Amino acid sequence: MSREKDYTNEKVDPKLWKRLYGYALRSRSTFIKAMICLLFVALVDALYPLMTNYAVDHFIVPGTSKGVWVFLAAYVVLAFSQAMGTLGFITQCGKMEMNISYDIRQDGMLKLQTQSFEYYDKTAVGYIMARMVSDVGRLSEMVAWSLVDLLWSGCYAVFCMVILFIKNWKLAILVLLVLPPLAVIALLLERTILKYQREARKQNSRITGAFNEGIMGAMTTKTLVYEKQNNEEFRGITEDMRRASIKAALINAVFFPLVISLGAIGTSVALVLGGKGVLSGETAFIGAISAGTLVAFVTYAASLFDPIQQIAAIFADFQSAQASAERVLGLLDAPVAVVDKPEVTDTYGDFIHPKRENWEPIRGEVRFEHVSFYYNPQEPILEDFSLTVPAGQTIALVGETGAGKSTIVNLVCRFYEPTAGTIYIDGKDYRQRSQLWLQSSLGYVLQAHHLFSGTIADNIRYGRPEATLEEVQAAARLVHAEDFILQQSKGYDTEVGEGGNRLSTGQKQLICFARVILANPQIFVLDEATSSIDTETEQLIQQAITTVLKGRTSFVVAHRLSTIRHADRILVIQKGRILESGTHEELLALGGYYHELYHRQYREERLRSAMGEGTD
Amino acid sequence: METNAKTKPKQSPWRLFFWALRPFWSELILAAVFVLLAAICVYLAPFVTSFTLDYVILGTDPHLPPFLIALVEKLGGRSYFAGHLVLCGGAYLLFTVLNGIFTYLRRRYIAYASEGMAKRLRDALYEHINAVPYDYHKHVSTGDLVQRCTSDVETVRKFLSVQMMDILRTVVMFLTAAVILLRIHVPMALISMVTLPFLTVSSFVYLKHVEASFRKADEAEGALSAHLQENVTGMRIVRAFGQQKAELDKFTKLNADNRDTNIRLNRLMGYYWAFSDAVGYAQIGLSLAAGILFCARGTLSLGLVTLFITYTGMLTWPVRQLGRILADMGKASISLERLTEVMTAPAETEPGKALTVDMNGEIAFSHVCFGYDAPDEVLKDISFTAKPGETVAILGSTGSGKSSLVQLLQRLYTCTKGSITIGGVNINDIDHRCLRKNIGIVLQEPFLYSRTIKENISIVRPDATQQEIEEAARLAAIHDVILSFDQGYDTIVGERGVTLSGGQLQRVAIARTLMQQAPILIFDDSMSAVDTRTDAQIRNALMGMAHKGILFIISHRITTLCEADKILVLEKGRLVQMGTHEELVKQPGLYRRIAQIQDALPKEGEIA
Repeated sequence: MSREKDYTNEKVDPKLWKRLYGYALRSRSTFIKAMICLLFVALVDALYPLMTNYAVDHFIVPGTSKGVWVFLAAYVVLAFSQAMGTLGFITQCGKMEMNISYDIRQDGMLKLQTQSFEYYDKTAVGYIMARMVSDVGRLSEMVAWSLVDLLWSGCYAVFCMVILFIKNWKLAILVLLVLPPLAVIALLLERTILKYQREARKQNSRITGAFNEGIMGAMTTKTLVYEKQNNEEFRGITEDMRRASIKAALINAVFFPLVISLGAIGTSVALVLGGKGVLSGETAFIGAISAGTLVAFVTYAASLFDPIQQIAAIFADFQSAQASAERVLGLLDAPVAVVDKPEVTDTYGDFIHPKRENWEPIRGEVRFEHVSFYYNPQEPILEDFSLTVPAGQTIALVGETGAGKSTIVNLVCRFYEPTAGTIYIDGKDYRQRSQLWLQSSLGYVLQAHHLFSGTIADNIRYGRPEATLEEVQAAARLVHAEDFILQQSKGYDTEVGEGGNRLSTGQKQLICFARVILANPQIFVLDEATSSIDTETEQLIQQAITTVLKGRTSFVVAHRLSTIRHADRILVIQKGRILESGTHEELLALGGYYHELYHRQYREERLRSAMGEGTD
Repeated sequence: METNAKTKPKQSPWRLFFWALRPFWSELILAAVFVLLAAICVYLAPFVTSFTLDYVILGTDPHLPPFLIALVEKLGGRSYFAGHLVLCGGAYLLFTVLNGIFTYLRRRYIAYASEGMAKRLRDALYEHINAVPYDYHKHVSTGDLVQRCTSDVETVRKFLSVQMMDILRTVVMFLTAAVILLRIHVPMALISMVTLPFLTVSSFVYLKHVEASFRKADEAEGALSAHLQENVTGMRIVRAFGQQKAELDKFTKLNADNRDTNIRLNRLMGYYWAFSDAVGYAQIGLSLAAGILFCARGTLSLGLVTLFITYTGMLTWPVRQLGRILADMGKASISLERLTEVMTAPAETEPGKALTVDMNGEIAFSHVCFGYDAPDEVLKDISFTAKPGETVAILGSTGSGKSSLVQLLQRLYTCTKGSITIGGVNINDIDHRCLRKNIGIVLQEPFLYSRTIKENISIVRPDATQQEIEEAARLAAIHDVILSFDQGYDTIVGERGVTLSGGQLQRVAIARTLMQQAPILIFDDSMSAVDTRTDAQIRNALMGMAHKGILFIISHRITTLCEADKILVLEKGRLVQMGTHEELVKQPGLYRRIAQIQDALPKEGEIA
């Protein structure tokens, strides 16, 4: 299983974000509404100091309160309309955010339904979950809100500057001189912060790993009396974490003081030069200004630095979200190994719109012709494998772990495709037909008895959702599952729990068989369970298997002697090749590998029943 | 360890918090001091502006305390400042820079305190997890425990470094502002703060209201994740039944549901922010209007109005956040509760004298009974002895109590009745470290630490030479396997390294146990995944080692059992048979049945 790739890319890749913003633009009206509300809010925000300016020049300095109520009313109206704007853009942005995650998740889910098993073999479930849930959530939040913040900050800053320039351009230039160094410092600092945060995060995952190991290995640690050294080692890790986090926190703490101090230079300049402008009138460098303008300058200069700081923070956010973006798009773009050709899809349809009317009925004759399969050419799993299975025959596959038995059945299911050679079903290369055509006629019972949450009936109906309750009951009865089902509190409507964990292993297995019976497949694959179950259930399952296999082409990866014995043909697979082939009697007479295997399994089964339940 | 003091159930979760914080009080107090200093600077900077406007530029009353007025007069009054406006600008800059420095220092000390506290918590948790009895780990869910030790600690750390500081800052800022403003102009001060209680209350109310929506949103995401997880885990079944479309349709429904729930939640938040924004700005408008009225009456000056406006803005923001801060405090409380639960699990204790004794003597079980939960006994009335140099084999079906029996010997569990003695000393009186160091046990499912094979083998004897390590590996028949790895003995195994097969894992664990050079060795079915040939090889090597101690082997393999000096047969917790191979094959019972099966060949027609 491949581990999560460590993305160390620190550069923001604009192409990636362009694609993500494509999702934001899918609903143009939401986007535009959000932007309008936003511009409005930024404008109003920038207008507030002007109101103060007006109050100073028209009321306070002349010392009159005439018209103050109108002024207050205007102020409240402004506050109210700004609130409406805020409400508007928060709602629209939230909508945008949720639409983005909805769309990305839909695309991801669609991809996952067509993704081939090579991908699933190499990708941990946890990895997929993290991409689809937390990464998508984080990204859509970024895409929706960061743009908003960026625009708000930018607009607000621009509005403020425009107002200052209109009021007194000379003073404005002097006050704004601190902006460029401020922006550069903010940007550089954010980058450093990011670096230290990464380090802290790395230490954090070390701690998680150490806890995991400490807890899983606690019993062993105890028997080895290794607690003391273990604790000391752990203290070393937490100390590293403490140092790294403090470093990150300190560099982070430098940021704010630096920004406000630089900002204060602007305010001081406004105060000193503006003060001169008021006091000495035309003789001052910046010319005469009113007291109200001075107040406005002081206020604007102080509030301008907030958006600048925010813009720097947003850039840093993009940098840190880069890895998430790569991982999510990586999932969406991962190549699919098994695909239906376009001309096949034209005739047979895809899984969303299958053209069942064009599907030939399946008989179940399977033929391997010079089939090879490998992940890595140096280590072929199957080499030049040929086999013909007439419709209706049962083939048992035996051999050691890793001999290639599972690969053969997976190739039959077209979960993988041969790397060389061809597999024919009913005489036609199965790549000439759609995956769904084959897989709809497939019965598959896996070692791990996977049930879905829902009721027992839901699970039995899984392959044929339209089946009636009578049909469900008939299937259950056929595999002798009805007795235990009726003993459950709600019978067929009993919830099986997540992964079916409210049922015992044997019960789960019986339901899996019922599910297959109901789907009525023509080709049957049984990757037989090794887990032992009580003798009674074992007998029930044995009968179920016999029922299921009757008249169907079946491939059985067998562990149980009885299944092997009754197969039409037994193949002993070793290192991807057929070592021995024939009926039970033929192979026993051969006195080779099968002979020995059979005797060994015979002993093991006897031993197991003598020791009671459990493999131990 | 402090954990022993925490055995009382039902204690306030915050006790753990204060315990963890104890060494960092000085940092915390310093941080609080800097909060105060920074707040003072935050308020002084606008004072400079108002002084400049009122006194220097407009020539009105500077509203300063008498000693400052004296200072101003001494310097040369208004005309001096008018000529030296740079002084005003400089003072403004100075207070802002000081504010920056104090803020930095506050964050520095709070970082020391919170990171130190987190470390203390983590260390204590880890130590405690190592100190709780063996049984605890048999029932614990690793995922849940890791979650507690990581996320819950993080929640508590954040509470200290973010929320607690925010509360402190809000309170300090509010009190300082209130004092300053009330001293300047009482009616104006009251008007400037009139909406604050209103904002506080509404933020609480909002929070209560929105909590249910948060829960719904969480549930919607949970349902989405659960379906996805099921789909991905069961992908083979999905495909084999051609159910991709049905799966996608179900996902679409959940996905849409998640989207709509979140949009609703977001709208609620939008209402609150819009509302509090409106109230905040209306408050400023109100202050401004009141300022105008008071100025017209001559009781207030331009500079002071500016001051009031600035302060009003400074106060509204933190107050708006109060609801959120309190919600986070609730979260921290829950996290602390979960951590307290871990920390209050009783640690292993010494039941007796904790002696360090010679462990080379005879082992005697005398009427030993044991049960995990009374009254169900796993072992009933077991008595036997084993002399140094003997090999004792144990046979029994699942649940017969054989693992429990050997675990009692290491006192991973304590027997409920009867006694176990080694060299005549009751094991309850032997120090558990002495006991376990002298009894090497290979568990059924051994655990390797994620480090190199070499480090794993020599874990209990880090000073061992390469030769000794290789010798142990050879005895365990794993040396050649190790050499076949690219990195040889330096191959990293476990979580972050190479995955070993079950048999390889067991053999590395055997080598590790052999390194212990313990007089008593226990193999708890520890060769089950090793093939018969290698099993024999290891056993022969062990015999050749001329072990002078006592060897316990749990196994089903007759070839293993028959060589033992003494074979114990357990059935449902009782010792039903005891003797040598020769004696036991003559008696009817489990041993003979097993022996016969393993020698047997299938006869035609015997199996259905």
